[in-house]
Amino acid sequence: MHGTHSYKPTTGFTKWLDSRLPIIRLVDETLMQFPTPKNLNYWFTFGGILTFMLGVQIISGIVLAMHYVPHEAMAFDSVERIMRDVNYGWLLRYMHSNGASMFFIAVYIHIFRGLYYGSYKAPREVLWLLGILIYVLMMATGFLGYTLPWGQMSFWGATVITNFFSAIPLIGESITQWLWGSFAVDNATLQRFFSLHYLLPFVIAGVVVLHIWALHVPGNNNPLGIDVKGPADTVPFHPYYTVKDGFALVVFVLFFSWFIFFDPNMLGHSDNYIPANRLVTPKHIVPEWYYLPLYAILRAVPDKLFGVILMFGAIFVWAFLPWLDTSRVRSARFRPIFKQLFWILMVVILILGYLGAQTADDKNVVVPWLGLELPIGKLLLARLCTLYYFIHFLVLTPLVGVIETPLPTPESISKAVLAKNGGGVAAVPLAKAAE
Amino acid sequence: MDNANVTRRDFLYVATTAVVGVGATVSLWPFIDQMNPAADTLALKEVEFDLAPVVAGQIVTIEWQKKPVFIRRRTAEEIQAAEQTPLSELKDPQTDQARVQKPEWLILVATCTHLGCVPSNQLKGDYGGWLCPCHGSHYDTSGRIRKGPAPQNLAVPPYAFLSDTKVLIGAAPKPAAQANHG
Repeated sequence: MHGTHSYKPTTGFTKWLDSRLPIIRLVDETLMQFPTPKNLNYWFTFGGILTFMLGVQIISGIVLAMHYVPHEAMAFDSVERIMRDVNYGWLLRYMHSNGASMFFIAVYIHIFRGLYYGSYKAPREVLWLLGILIYVLMMATGFLGYTLPWGQMSFWGATVITNFFSAIPLIGESITQWLWGSFAVDNATLQRFFSLHYLLPFVIAGVVVLHIWALHVPGNNNPLGIDVKGPADTVPFHPYYTVKDGFALVVFVLFFSWFIFFDPNMLGHSDNYIPANRLVTPKHIVPEWYYLPLYAILRAVPDKLFGVILMFGAIFVWAFLPWLDTSRVRSARFRPIFKQLFWILMVVILILGYLGAQTADDKNVVVPWLGLELPIGKLLLARLCTLYYFIHFLVLTPLVGVIETPLPTPESISKAVLAKNGGGVAAVPLAKAAE
Repeated sequence: MDNANVTRRDFLYVATTAVVGVGATVSLWPFIDQMNPAADTLALKEVEFDLAPVVAGQIVTIEWQKKPVFIRRRTAEEIQAAEQTPLSELKDPQTDQARVQKPEWLILVATCTHLGCVPSNQLKGDYGGWLCPCHGSHYDTSGRIRKGPAPQNLAVPPYAFLSDTKVLIGAAPKPAAQANHG
């Protein structure tokens, strides 16, 4: 895809540089002139927000690593020293720990936006697959980082997650000992986790470059899910989307700041302020909120190996989505049945998240805030939701594409935009407007 | 040579590539093996424990190879419950006799066979043994899995009684200890 007008170096220096390293051309064509559908809404600003958050995490992380000591005897105290003694250490650490949560909030919105508007469909399958890879790397990085403060939740979270690999038949135990460098989570584990926690964000940055590259070949999807037909459907990325993304980013940073400055431990767990104790597991161990739906799936299964397989499968199934979805219409706006299924799936994932945070017994479900007890056990509800989750992707998604009659899609982005705004001079009235 | 197209140079290409390939693969091994437990970690093999202060009904958690180990002095009822459980009720069938050297002393690796948490000494679960707080596995008074996601019984570490009040927990029981029950 080419810009509305291509880059022309004007000065002697830029001409000289352009024939040697066309870096200004690259920036101009990908960030400035890049033709972008003119109808992107605020759900499409999260890619920019995510790039920003990756930068925040890398910079705050590099700085924290200057003060943190990755050793079982010193890790916990070094984190407390960062909080109490290092200049602005509290700010940097709260930025990094809440930053991880913000990163995941943004990535979930970004992923589910892609799900709603069918951004995974041809020709954006590779873009989608790279996105899943980034998400998996983020999960790994988040887990490794959560281990570093060496509190009780760090230690036992690391124990539970590394034990997933012990479910592998025959070689499971050798693999876990290889991961630990010991017979349990140990100092060797902490040191390698620190090394890898430092490495992975740069791997993520590399995959992000591929992700953006794969985005720039077919160009952005859009809320209508229809292809760009010509220059009338697009605007240059700058200033239209640099400003729109920038505004969204400011609002997001305000939200982020509220956590940092007013409730920095809200998304964490108080038990992580107890130093790691290898002889006692906390009474109620929960992962960070962003793993909760997956954790609920793991616990819903009475068999260890199958539980672990299903939990990883819950993400792995996304990779097949471009081929599981049989509908050729991308956006859920024109898919009345799929749209409802999408929202049901969102509710099911939220229920799983809630159940993942509850104790591992089989008491009845209590509705949060209302205190209302429902006549259904937590385990049964988790099993039903897990079942529905997989049915959504493996049965309903292929089926709906066949049985659903989609609404007529607009002729072009430009015509739909003009019709929505009461019709401009160039607008041809549409039989059915987008919304 | 049968095939006139195969030259000395082709042979050299294949042989060189093969040697480089094998060399590159072999050179990966140190980078993989360095992750395995180091010599000093492997050296932490044995722990001696004095049983004298432990009273009937008490469970003590000690550390062996960086893992928690339960030493439980069982009451007569607990022993009876463990011995009388029919094997048909067990997920991982094993008699109580096969899991203890002296019925009074139950010695177990305190790592839940599900995902590695330490089952709680306070929450004894539905079978009077242990309940794992993480994912709700119930163990009986022989440390056998009875309910929940764990696939196996709590492991019995290698150990030997050095005397009536001393036990040595570790992978290599001393010859004297072996003579005790050999």
